[in-house]
Amino acid sequence: MRAHYGYKNGSGDYFIIVDTDKCNGCGKCVEACPFRVLEMVPNEFDIESNPMAAVKEEHRKKIKYSCAPCKPVAGVRELPCVLACQPKAIEHSW
Amino acid sequence: MAQTEVKTQEYWRWPEYRQTVSNVDWSNAKAITAGVDIGSVGSKAAVLVDGELYAFAAMRTGGVSEATAVKVTSWALEGTGLEMGKLHYVVGTGYGRVNVPFAKKTITEIACHARGAHYIYGPTVRTVLDIGGQDCKAIRCDDKGKVVSFLMNDKCAAGTGRGLEVFADLISVLIQELGKVSLNVDQEPPPVSNTCVIFAKAESLALLRQGWTKEKVAAAYHAAMADRIVDLLNRVGIEKDFVITGGVAKNTGIVTRLEKILKTKPLEPKMDPILAGALGAGLFARALYEKEQGLR
Amino acid sequence: MITAGVDVGAKYAKVVVLRDGQVVARAKALVGFDLLKSAAEVFEVALKDAGLSRGDIQRVVSTGMGRNAVVQKPPISAEEAVSEVVSAAAGAYNVVPTVKTVIDVGAEEGRGIKVEAGKVKDFVINERCAAGAGTFIEAMARALEVKVEDMGPLSLKSMNTIPMNAQCCVFAESEVVSLIHSKISKEDISKAIHDAIAGRISSMVLRVGVEKDVVLIGGVALDPGFKPPLEKELKANIIVPEYPEYVSSLGAAVMAAGLAR
Repeated sequence: MRAHYGYKNGSGDYFIIVDTDKCNGCGKCVEACPFRVLEMVPNEFDIESNPMAAVKEEHRKKIKYSCAPCKPVAGVRELPCVLACQPKAIEHSW
Repeated sequence: MAQTEVKTQEYWRWPEYRQTVSNVDWSNAKAITAGVDIGSVGSKAAVLVDGELYAFAAMRTGGVSEATAVKVTSWALEGTGLEMGKLHYVVGTGYGRVNVPFAKKTITEIACHARGAHYIYGPTVRTVLDIGGQDCKAIRCDDKGKVVSFLMNDKCAAGTGRGLEVFADLISVLIQELGKVSLNVDQEPPPVSNTCVIFAKAESLALLRQGWTKEKVAAAYHAAMADRIVDLLNRVGIEKDFVITGGVAKNTGIVTRLEKILKTKPLEPKMDPILAGALGAGLFARALYEKEQGLR
Repeated sequence: MITAGVDVGAKYAKVVVLRDGQVVARAKALVGFDLLKSAAEVFEVALKDAGLSRGDIQRVVSTGMGRNAVVQKPPISAEEAVSEVVSAAAGAYNVVPTVKTVIDVGAEEGRGIKVEAGKVKDFVINERCAAGAGTFIEAMARALEVKVEDMGPLSLKSMNTIPMNAQCCVFAESEVVSLIHSKISKEDISKAIHDAIAGRISSMVLRVGVEKDVVLIGGVALDPGFKPPLEKELKANIIVPEYPEYVSSLGAAVMAAGLAR
């Protein structure tokens, strides 16, 4: 399941997408994020209810700002959460 | 000192309502359950007798969600002979789901909407678009109603009922008429360039001053909103059958424009689409209650 | 050498007249539906203050959202239009030659600009969303039933930190109303509002990086409640020059002088 967390407003589309079919619940992305944007939650959409990565409630509405410091205008853009995820379950739409 | 209170028309205030939809005899029922969906703008309660919708109510959430949860549920039960205590199992959902004190469990609104949409529209549903008061959800589900992909957009007023409320107030048109008004144009004007409600408001004022009619301005705003919603839908992808839930599903201005852009007709609802969340919650309540009973 | 800079913003039009490197006139006024007309009125006022006529001005450069409306159009007849990113950098460099980071917050946009020797190195624009600009503070002032110019002083009196959950201007208005009903003081609410917008602007500025000296310009710089939370978020001292709302138009006038040479 692809879970999109974030929003679209006049200035663009800002979503962090977690593919719960790929997510193995390791939690490395949660640790890697310097701003504690992510957390592990039980998968409410599946019978097994395995833990999956998700964007914390308070950050969903301001994800553009929460993630901005990791997205410099100049230089190399390496997103710590994406780098930490071995099964490549997490992606950013911007 | 005498004071005259001038009652100004509140264009954004949509009418609240309740209804008993069937005359089934609940005294023989195995499971009387309820789903309570506390949204940031509207609160809905659906009472189900053995998994069939029996009665419901929809009202504005207002300030304190706990009091509203009790109010909307009691109102749904009004005239049925049922009291809150007779409900076997209640599930809470929505933005304020933590504020349903009498709910035994809370379930994410995504899951409830997918389930409720299947009930309202049938098992062929694969894509659910929910446009609520303060957020917008796009949900893809499989043939069993299980969620395959979802997107929740809950920061920006632009694609939501709240944005429409602001607009209704701006052009002094009752919100329940707004969609119809927006369709009353010979030619579709270009959409307003600003999606931000605040800026769109200023842009619309300028258009009105330029001589645009209310209908034309409403059309321009609805066009922009529809474009925005389609962008969101395209993120999760659209598979038939496509359905719309939430209060804004009743706005023909939005629905017609979506149909045109997507070249897909959403299914016709058999009942009020604003109830999808509460219905889904009520259905989950039944499943959970029966599971509980089976274990006993 | 006499030049002029005309900054046609989303809310205000600002004009600066520069004579041999010295500012001899400044004028600003609200912008109406007819951009050229509004800007022209401000331009005339500035000329009158300086005791000059259009003929005395060797070059006019325009900037801002409505910059193209005044190019080659009398009475302003600007010779050229430049983007507000460039004029902000030039203006900030003129008043603070050690500037490396410019934060320019206007009515509808917020900008973070990396500057090197007065030239733009990098920039980020926060646009098309009222919550990231001055409109936010204005809308909140209405919800609080307070004058915009009182918002800053109110916030400075607060000793508490109340978080604001809503990000969107429209939702924030409802949140302010419920905060009022919860008997939270106007001072505390105003501080929460300033904290919220400072948080948004600072996270965008971090995308270009923060390097001393940091200069804050634009209409919102006039709000004394904006600098403290911004400094806290960015962990840096911020310089607010005199007449911060005119710095961009000054930059345009300076560029006009540079080009005319």
